[in-house]
Amino acid sequence: MFWKYGLFFSILSGGIWGVFWQIFFTVIGILTLGTPLSLELSQIMIIGPLAGILYIKSQKFLSIKFHLTAIIIITFLIFISHLGNPYKAEDENQLIIFMLILLTSFFIWVSLNHCLYNLSPGKLSKHDIESFFIKFMWGIGLIILILITLIPFYIMIMTSLKNQQSLILNPLDLSVNLNTDFKTLFNSYIELFTNFNFHLFLINSFIVSCTTVIITLFFSIPGAYALARLRIPNKKIFSGTVILIYLIPSIVLIIPLYAVFSYIGLRNSLFGLILVYPATTIPVALYMLRGYFSALSSEIDDAALMDGLSRIQIILKIAIPLSKPAIVSVGLYVFMIAWNEFLIAFMFLDDPSIFTLSRGIMSLNSSEIPQQHLMAGAVIATIPVMIIFLYLEKFLISGLSAGGVKG
Amino acid sequence: MTNIKKKNKNTLLEKEKKLGLILLLPTILIVLSVVIFPLLANFWISFKPVSLGDLRPPKLIVKERIKGNLSDKSQIAEIQYRYRNSSIKYDLENVIIKDIIPNGFTVKDLQPARFCRIKLKEITCNLNNVSSRSSGKIIIKIHKNDQWQKELDNPKKTKPLVTFSSKNVLTSFEFNTENFKKVFSASEFFEVLKVSFYYTIFGTAGALLVGLLAAQILQKSFRGRSIVRGLLLFPYVSPVIAVAFAWVILFDPFSGIVNSMLVQMNVIDKPINFFGQKYTDIIIFGYVFKFPLALSMVIAFEIWRYFPLSFLFILARMQSFPEEVYDAAKMDGASPLQQFYYISLPFLIGIMSILFLLRFIWTFNKFDDIFLLTGGNAGTRTFTVNVYEQAFAVSNLGAGAAVAVVIFIFLLTFSLLFMRYSKKETF
Repeated sequence: MFWKYGLFFSILSGGIWGVFWQIFFTVIGILTLGTPLSLELSQIMIIGPLAGILYIKSQKFLSIKFHLTAIIIITFLIFISHLGNPYKAEDENQLIIFMLILLTSFFIWVSLNHCLYNLSPGKLSKHDIESFFIKFMWGIGLIILILITLIPFYIMIMTSLKNQQSLILNPLDLSVNLNTDFKTLFNSYIELFTNFNFHLFLINSFIVSCTTVIITLFFSIPGAYALARLRIPNKKIFSGTVILIYLIPSIVLIIPLYAVFSYIGLRNSLFGLILVYPATTIPVALYMLRGYFSALSSEIDDAALMDGLSRIQIILKIAIPLSKPAIVSVGLYVFMIAWNEFLIAFMFLDDPSIFTLSRGIMSLNSSEIPQQHLMAGAVIATIPVMIIFLYLEKFLISGLSAGGVKG
Repeated sequence: MTNIKKKNKNTLLEKEKKLGLILLLPTILIVLSVVIFPLLANFWISFKPVSLGDLRPPKLIVKERIKGNLSDKSQIAEIQYRYRNSSIKYDLENVIIKDIIPNGFTVKDLQPARFCRIKLKEITCNLNNVSSRSSGKIIIKIHKNDQWQKELDNPKKTKPLVTFSSKNVLTSFEFNTENFKKVFSASEFFEVLKVSFYYTIFGTAGALLVGLLAAQILQKSFRGRSIVRGLLLFPYVSPVIAVAFAWVILFDPFSGIVNSMLVQMNVIDKPINFFGQKYTDIIIFGYVFKFPLALSMVIAFEIWRYFPLSFLFILARMQSFPEEVYDAAKMDGASPLQQFYYISLPFLIGIMSILFLLRFIWTFNKFDDIFLLTGGNAGTRTFTVNVYEQAFAVSNLGAGAAVAVVIFIFLLTFSLLFMRYSKKETF
């Protein structure tokens, strides 16, 4: 059977990787040059398998020198096969085109090195075939996963740096001219902060989110402690109810909340938001913190009780200091929920001076306001969460995995 | 002796109970007022014909004007009160307007005389009923008397006092099932039901599968793994409004990159409106399929945004696997796929079923994503979007509340299922 031979797999993977990287770098080329490039796959479908054969046949003498030679050979082959004009690009872009082809060859070779390493060209065992297959899928999967995750963010940032004219002229041109001065490059951001009150929205969002975190922690820490430690009747029912309440979505509550808050005049105010947000986050925080507190050893509590500390003192002096990381996680998670909240802010706030960021961005979503403003707003709303996330990733991840079934 | 001990213990228990309840009380109160009360109010509203306009309480608008010159020479003037019922729907009952005439004037005439009385310096007009949208006038003719002083005596100084009562749909005890009839009989009910379940099932299963794949990929250690792990969580931690609009712009039919790229590469002839087109024809082996495009895009977004969560849970569970089992399996000659199928998968099946149920509930309740991407148009209207559509776009709060009640009943059923399942598996 031909498909049980290593040679077959080298040809197969060479072809697939070739096509994959060709598409990838054509797209990159279009986005950086902003000029149309044509996607040509027929040549690479021959060159890729050839590279695969080259790799698997020469496995005995792999060295850095050999790798470099191979990459140069592939580059050369691609050039020749396109009659010196790959992508049918214009002449002035020759240098970038050359770089793209070099990168294409480089990545084809690296991918082959990853999934064909130590594979013999001869007949393979079932185990070898499977591990080749897994390595191959692993590589493709990882790249696709990263790309799919990042592309919308990339689009968000790049669009926010463009100006209206160039966006309409050529939507594909995402290259950013770094030679332009700061003012034109960040024009949308400056506009948002000067004409669209985004500084106010940022402050409002911070006020609402931080207050929500403080109120949530203030009420949920003692509550969680009570649920974890104290002997309360019907504790099980109570815990079950907490989870159930935590599952109720705000869309089910929004109509009565809207009606009642309109009636008592709290609807169009930040105070109203600060009243509603903690109610949605306290059950989450209670649920998460209860888990953490239960995990603390109760002997410390008993010892402290013997020493004459009251329960309140135990919470303040023992439970809170011992579970600081957990409290930080919960706090961050609650901050994230409040910061990202959209529906209630959208329904409640009418007055532009008290918009939160989510509400503010929604007001940019109109045909009169250019796209790059909308994307700049999106970037502004995303950055604080990202900063928190990158600095305190460990905490946030543990927060997410403790309570993150909601969202 | 034992008795005393028992008593001591009991009081300690009592104290603990009391303290526990005190510590939980604020939480209970807040949750009661902002979650449970609205939930019940939702049921209440769903049985009532309430529209968005009913939230503005009906008001009697009264304007006071003085006709004639009150300067030194002239003696006679006229005070006019124009009143109007601002509501277009509700009559006002027991309407009484009161005002005080300053000392410097004597009242000569009062119109309409039927309703108005004067007692000392106070005028009381008992207008009884003012029907909706109607208006009227009260005219008082006054004369200056000798006590008149220019600075003190301006009739406008005292504001007229208005009292009235009106019917309020929200608080009345009239109920009907019109809203539910409307929700269930509408031909779109089954459409909405179908879309909701399509969205929920494919969204949840897709996110779970991609999460499983991602966890498999990231389980292998490689350079930069922790960076990639952080990166994959980006879609989930960013504000929904930011990423939803990024998707909308990415797939925009006029200036979106995906469309112009596909046109550029000659994959399609003309741009596709990904979020605005209900169906697109796909031809496979000569058969034409109607592919629900917008719905699939919304499901794709759902998968993209929530796979990180399943990924996080599954990865955490996988890293707690005993390494030895795999070593033993390798010794026995199990291939990687066999290891996955016979060892990893059984380990994961518990957490995956829990995740599926929980995510199912949450996806079913998801509103923001669809609302921001398509606004519920082009065949993407789920129950949650329908709540908004009925209550705020058509401004029929009652019908919206009825849809919300339907959602809540689904939620309750799913949650009970979840509770039964989760007893078996703790996480």
